[in-house]
Amino acid sequence: MRYATMKWLLPVTGLVMMALASGAMAKDIELSFYYPVAVGGPIPKIIDGYVADFEKENPGVKINAIYAGTYQDTLVKALTAFKSGEPPNIAVLLSTDMFTLIDEDAIAPFDDLLKDAPDKLWAQSFYPAFMENSQTGGKTSDVKTWGIPFQRSTIVMFWNKDAFKAAGLDPDKAPDTWDELVADGRKLTQRDASGNVSQWAVEIPSTGFPYWLFQGLTTANHARLMNPTGTQTEFDKEGVVQSLQFWVDLSSKAKIQPPGTIEWGTTPKDFFERKTAIIWTSTGNLTNVRKNAPFPFGVAMLPAHNGRGSPTGGGNFYFFKKMSAEQRAAAFKFVKWMTTPERAADWGIQTGYVAVRPDAWDTDAMKKYTADFPAALVARDQLKYAVAELSTHDNQRVTKALNDGIQAALTGTKTPEQAMKDAQAEAVRILKPYQ
Amino acid sequence: MHGSEPVALAAAPSPAPLARGGPMRFSAHIHGWLMLLPAAVLLVTFTHYPAVATIIDSFFSTPKGRRGAVFVGLDNYQAMLGDPVFFRALANNILYAASVIPLTIALALAMALWVNGKIAGRPFLRLSFFTPTVLPMIAVANIWLFFYAPGYGLLDQILGVFGISTHNWLGDEHTALICLIAVAVWKDAGFFMIFYLAALQQMSPQLGEAASIEGASRWYFFRRVTFPLLMPTTLFVLINAIINSFRLIDHIVVMTQGGPDNTTALLLFYIYEVGFKFWDTAYAATLTAVLLALLAFLALGQFLILDRRIHYQ
Repeated sequence: MRYATMKWLLPVTGLVMMALASGAMAKDIELSFYYPVAVGGPIPKIIDGYVADFEKENPGVKINAIYAGTYQDTLVKALTAFKSGEPPNIAVLLSTDMFTLIDEDAIAPFDDLLKDAPDKLWAQSFYPAFMENSQTGGKTSDVKTWGIPFQRSTIVMFWNKDAFKAAGLDPDKAPDTWDELVADGRKLTQRDASGNVSQWAVEIPSTGFPYWLFQGLTTANHARLMNPTGTQTEFDKEGVVQSLQFWVDLSSKAKIQPPGTIEWGTTPKDFFERKTAIIWTSTGNLTNVRKNAPFPFGVAMLPAHNGRGSPTGGGNFYFFKKMSAEQRAAAFKFVKWMTTPERAADWGIQTGYVAVRPDAWDTDAMKKYTADFPAALVARDQLKYAVAELSTHDNQRVTKALNDGIQAALTGTKTPEQAMKDAQAEAVRILKPYQ
Repeated sequence: MHGSEPVALAAAPSPAPLARGGPMRFSAHIHGWLMLLPAAVLLVTFTHYPAVATIIDSFFSTPKGRRGAVFVGLDNYQAMLGDPVFFRALANNILYAASVIPLTIALALAMALWVNGKIAGRPFLRLSFFTPTVLPMIAVANIWLFFYAPGYGLLDQILGVFGISTHNWLGDEHTALICLIAVAVWKDAGFFMIFYLAALQQMSPQLGEAASIEGASRWYFFRRVTFPLLMPTTLFVLINAIINSFRLIDHIVVMTQGGPDNTTALLLFYIYEVGFKFWDTAYAATLTAVLLALLAFLALGQFLILDRRIHYQ
């Protein structure tokens, strides 16, 4: 961490000084840009490269790109800066923080910038699944666009082909339904003579943000967790409770998943160490698994039940308020530049994030990459079935109510029904001021 | 900060001007206050002002967007009394402190007594006991995360030798808090050992010689001589241990984020969550005020009660 900061300090200071020096001579338009790092890889270097290229193509615009830590750190820094009167101009923050940022009156929508035909077209060029968490107003006429998709992801399933072969299963076919997951899982779980498990079948992580992985289950069960305006939740609906029951049963009834909550951070390691044959995790881990798995592995969509589905995740570009018209125009130019098909493809290839627009997948670079590594296509194909990640007003508090409920059910403190009833009651209480 | 202190301090080295009377006495006052100023400014800016502002904020609502803060009286405190997570965090923190503090102190003392004796490889032993203190808590937590990993983690591998089946240490509500307590004890014991070791080195060897001539057993000598003489150190260590048990939450952020289902949420972690995740700054201020009161009460108790029973040399 410290090493990363030090490595950063030099170029950032250099940039700031350059900006100061040139600012004194000509009136450059200066923009501050906060961004987080949430996956492995040399993200700051890539962003730096983009910014330098943009500045070369657009003389007169200076962008101070500031690496601000995790998503949570970046939000804290951006909102604290905003409250002290000096917000960043552009920031990449979680798509789900949209309502929080609106309620704080911190961000401005993009709509008034989208006047010309090409700009309107650009705003419609992204996958609709990613726009769900970027707009308010649902399908009504007064839709407002608050975020532009940038580093977006979704949940996929990784499986160990060796383990499948050893269990007598087809190594090239992942379980495609919940029933198949349980049936295959029984064969994949290995116990020694005294009943100790040496290899589990599946791990669905449940720390940090269990609600996100839970949405992989509820979506497949045709249950939704909230309304598009973010004012109501549906945690205690039958479909949601059933989904949680299924998750709990994987451990308690089928006994193919470790009991208790499963740590998000160690899940990939568990997979590499062959402690589990299947994991659910973010597409952001694609490059990590590709580099570190000591066995052939496959990537599949999440198994279906009544339907198929996964939530989207990841970060959007936001524009903070308090920008001059000139600054806004320059910032808009930058965001458009960052999301061209070529750059979206390059960003996806270098990080493992899902390229945010369909035409990015038709670029030569992306075609070459996917021909070499077809697993990267799974996330894109799953987008057809993807839904918005849970996001409401007072988002993190509502999310915590659901997280607590999920963990209480997984550790056996509460029945799934009771846990979801309590979570819903808490969510109703929190959302009361927004009705 | 009493008004009389600076006078006494500034006047002490130069009693002559004081005797000459009025104006000089006044300038001594100014002199004294000026000497205090840098420290006072720092204290007020970073300690007293934030504490007072926090208490004031706790009587107002959280400003959101265009809605400013309004005075709400005791509403935030009332909401706190109806908040199950707060009581959970409070109970967790009391249990955590009640385990970490005695365990750390006992272990620190035992280690100090051991490495104070004449044994082979003593410097190496001292170093190894002190190493956890040097490591940043974030790094420690990341290492322990893998110690506790079910199956291939260090703990499960050791227990596996004895035929004990694997356990999901951090994912089980019964063991998660115990796991965090172990990390905290491991981290702090070496640090406190240094203070005990320093105190032990100060102790005159004649005491031990006299006791052995009198035929006192080692346990009796420790109970009646060593331990009472270490009491000033114990008070110092105790205060630090108490502060740490309410202050240090890095390992929770890394290892459990307060889960599963709030079983490892400590007060400060909950305050961070309320303040910087939920952005409910007024309620976070309320919780902070309660934590402040709790710590003030504990510190006062220590100084008033324990201090009287301690023998300073």
